[in-house]
Amino acid sequence: MSIQLDKALGIHTQLLQFHTQRTQILANNLANSDTPNYKAQDLTYSATMNKINARDTQLNLSKEIFFRIPFQRSENGNTVELGIEQAKFAENNLNYQTSLNFLKMKISGLKSAIEGR
Amino acid sequence: MSFQQIFLTAGSAMTAQTVRLNTISSNLANADSFSGNKEDVFKPLKPIFATIYNNMNNGSASNIRSAQVMVADVIATDSLTQQRHEPENPLANAEGNVFYSGIDVVSEMADMMSASRSFEMNVEVLNNAKSMQQSLISVLDI
Repeated sequence: MSIQLDKALGIHTQLLQFHTQRTQILANNLANSDTPNYKAQDLTYSATMNKINARDTQLNLSKEIFFRIPFQRSENGNTVELGIEQAKFAENNLNYQTSLNFLKMKISGLKSAIEGR
Repeated sequence: MSFQQIFLTAGSAMTAQTVRLNTISSNLANADSFSGNKEDVFKPLKPIFATIYNNMNNGSASNIRSAQVMVADVIATDSLTQQRHEPENPLANAEGNVFYSGIDVVSEMADMMSASRSFEMNVEVLNNAKSMQQSLISVLDI
């Protein structure tokens, strides 16, 4: 009987990957908030969860990116809306920390089991 | 993990905003400058931003593209140059005309606020990415 670390840690390792890649995309949006003709992008949970359920251990999410539909058109073709992007960034950051805390708890649980306390 | 790309993206945006702030400070400093002929008068500078897309990790684990900002060009616009008839001005030309740069101080100030807010926002992104990376490292010392 051997411990399968992938199964023991659950989906949180993949979720961390997802949140890191989403941070990258949202950072792109925020960095290009003044660039003409830049189109804001994002990732969704549903597409990612399908990938995770399909046992895709190395998440390749580049095909799951979609362009955000802006609430208001801007003159220079830029679709980054600062308030929305900042809210998504904060939300994504919090979700990242949550996944990381779950992962920490899983690891410390495994550690207690190994040490027999 | 791809934190390094986030740092590069936010850093490129901060550099671009610094260039923008630099041109604004030039414009504001020369807002009242004038000259005797049309070519020599200060022309307002305006940076043009563009996006550089690059694949990270060469498509192995995660090939989300990073989109860095670059300053494609800084253009000098002469559409604002104003001609005024001031014969008493020592720099006036033969017809008694001088040329002013015609910079709109109010719009430059608004542009300056926009640039500094964008800069601060990217500092915030940098701080967030840093704290994410630090908490990831702290998993190791459970």
